[in-house]
Amino acid sequence: MFDYFDLVKPQVSLDNLPAEQVAIDVVGLTLKFGQTRALHNINMRIPKRQITSLIGPSGCGKSTLLGCFNRLNDLTPECQVEGEVLINGRNIYHRRQDVALLRTQVGMVFQRPNPFPMSIYDNLVYGLKIQGIRDRRTLDNAVEQALIDVALWKEVRDRLFDSALTLSGGQQQRLVIARAIILQPEILLLDEPTSALDPISTLTIEELIYQLKEKYTVLVVTHNMQQAARVSDFTAFLHQGHLIEYSDTNQLFTRPRQQQTEEYITGRYG
Amino acid sequence: MQEIKLNTHISGRFNLELENLRNSVLTMGGMVEQQLCDAIAALRDNHLALAEKVIVNDFTLNSMEVQIDEECTRIIAKRHPAASDLRLVLAINKTTADLERMGDDIERIANLLIRGSLPVSEDIKNGMIATGNHVMEMLRKTLNAFARLDAEAALEIHMGDQEIDEQYKQLLTLAVTEMQRDTELLPQWLEVLWAMRALERVGDRCKNVCEYIIYLVKGKDVRHISREELQRRLAELRQS
Repeated sequence: MFDYFDLVKPQVSLDNLPAEQVAIDVVGLTLKFGQTRALHNINMRIPKRQITSLIGPSGCGKSTLLGCFNRLNDLTPECQVEGEVLINGRNIYHRRQDVALLRTQVGMVFQRPNPFPMSIYDNLVYGLKIQGIRDRRTLDNAVEQALIDVALWKEVRDRLFDSALTLSGGQQQRLVIARAIILQPEILLLDEPTSALDPISTLTIEELIYQLKEKYTVLVVTHNMQQAARVSDFTAFLHQGHLIEYSDTNQLFTRPRQQQTEEYITGRYG
Repeated sequence: MQEIKLNTHISGRFNLELENLRNSVLTMGGMVEQQLCDAIAALRDNHLALAEKVIVNDFTLNSMEVQIDEECTRIIAKRHPAASDLRLVLAINKTTADLERMGDDIERIANLLIRGSLPVSEDIKNGMIATGNHVMEMLRKTLNAFARLDAEAALEIHMGDQEIDEQYKQLLTLAVTEMQRDTELLPQWLEVLWAMRALERVGDRCKNVCEYIIYLVKGKDVRHISREELQRRLAELRQS
C-alpha cells in the first residue's frame, strides 16, 4: 500500500546475498598483534553499493577490522592475520597482492581531515599523477567530477589553487573523500569521518555518504550510534574482537537478537 | 529475545524517566479500573451520584493521556531510545490511547443512569453486571501483565476475550427478544445497547493492550492476525 516505505529498507538481504553482490567476503578472519588477539574468527559478507556501519565500544576491534580491508594493519609490527578477506573473489592477503594497487581500489578517510599542505587541486591530482596521468584536461575533468561528487565544486571552483588548509574542517573532510574517490575505488572506508566536525558539517558528510552509495560500497566506523542508525543499511556490532551481531540496521536498532547488542545500543551496563 | 530490564541504563536519569513513564501508565490503568468498578456498582445499585463521579473523573483520564503523550514525545526527542526502550515508549503511547478510549466507553455506561435509561429488564441488567465483572477481571489481569512485562500472560488474556464476545452476543439476543415485546421503549433500549457494546469494547481494548505487551516484550507485531497465527508466531518466538 505504502510503496514508499520500502525506500528505507535495504534492497538486499544478508541471508541470501548472491555472490555478485558481495563487495567484501570475510572468512574466518583472526588478527593478532603479537600475543594479543584483536579479532576472533570474523565471518561476514559486506554487500556491494550499500552502507555498512561497524559499531562497538572502544577497543572492540572495529577500526582494526576496517584496516584489514586495505591492509593498513600491515604497517603495525607483529601483526599476524589468519583467514581470508576476499574482494572480487580474490584474497587480498595473498602474497602476490599489490598493496599499493589495493589501496587505490579501497580508499580510506580518517577521523581528522588530513589534506596535504598543498593546493586543493594538487591534493586531488596527487594520486592520479603517481599513476602516471599527466594530461591536463584529463586531470581537470577528474578534479571537477570528484568535487561535484562530494558537493564541494560550487564552494571551491574559484579557488582551486588556494591551499587546502584554508578550507573549513567539513570542507577539508569532503576534500579528503574527493581525493579518495578520484582514484575510482570500489570501496570507501571511513574511520569516524565526522567525530572532529560540528553537527552541521556532520549532516553534510552523512548526506554525502548516502549519495556515495550509488557508486561505491561504503564502510563506516562510528562511535555515534545514532549516526550508524541514520546512515547505514547494515550494521555490525563488535565486542572484544568478536562479531556479536550483523544485520539490517532497521532490525538491529528496533529488535536486536543478542543481549550484548541490546545493552550497548540502549546504553546499559555491559 | 532478551529479558527487559528498565533500570540498568548507565544514565540514572534515563532509568528514572522510563520508570516514571511506566508508572504513569499503570496509574492511568488503575484509574480506568476504578472507573469501571464504579460504573458497574452505579448500575447495580442505581447509584446516581457514583455515575456522576465516573463522568467527572473521565476528564482526569483525558488529561493523563495528554501528559503521558507529551512525556513520550520528549523522551523520543531527547533520549533517542532504541530497541526495547523504543518499543516501551511506543507501547506506552498506544496503550494510553486505548486506556483513554476505555474511559469513554465506561462513561457511556454511567450515562445510562444520568439519562434515566436503565435496562428495562432485570435479566439484561444482571447480564450487563456479569459481563462488566468479567471485563473488569480482564482489565486487572492486563494491567498486571503490563506491570510484569509478561507476554505469556498477555497471550492468555488475549485468548480469553472470546468469552466476553460470547456473553455479549447472548445478551444481545436476549435484548432483541425483549425489545420486540415493547417497541415504545426503543429509544431507551438503544442507549442500553450502546452501553452493552461499550462494555464489550473495553474487552477488545484490553486485547489491544495485550498485543502491545507482546510487541514490547517479544518485538513482534501481532495485530490483525488470527488466533491460530498468533499462537503459531509466539510458539516460534519461544523456541528462538
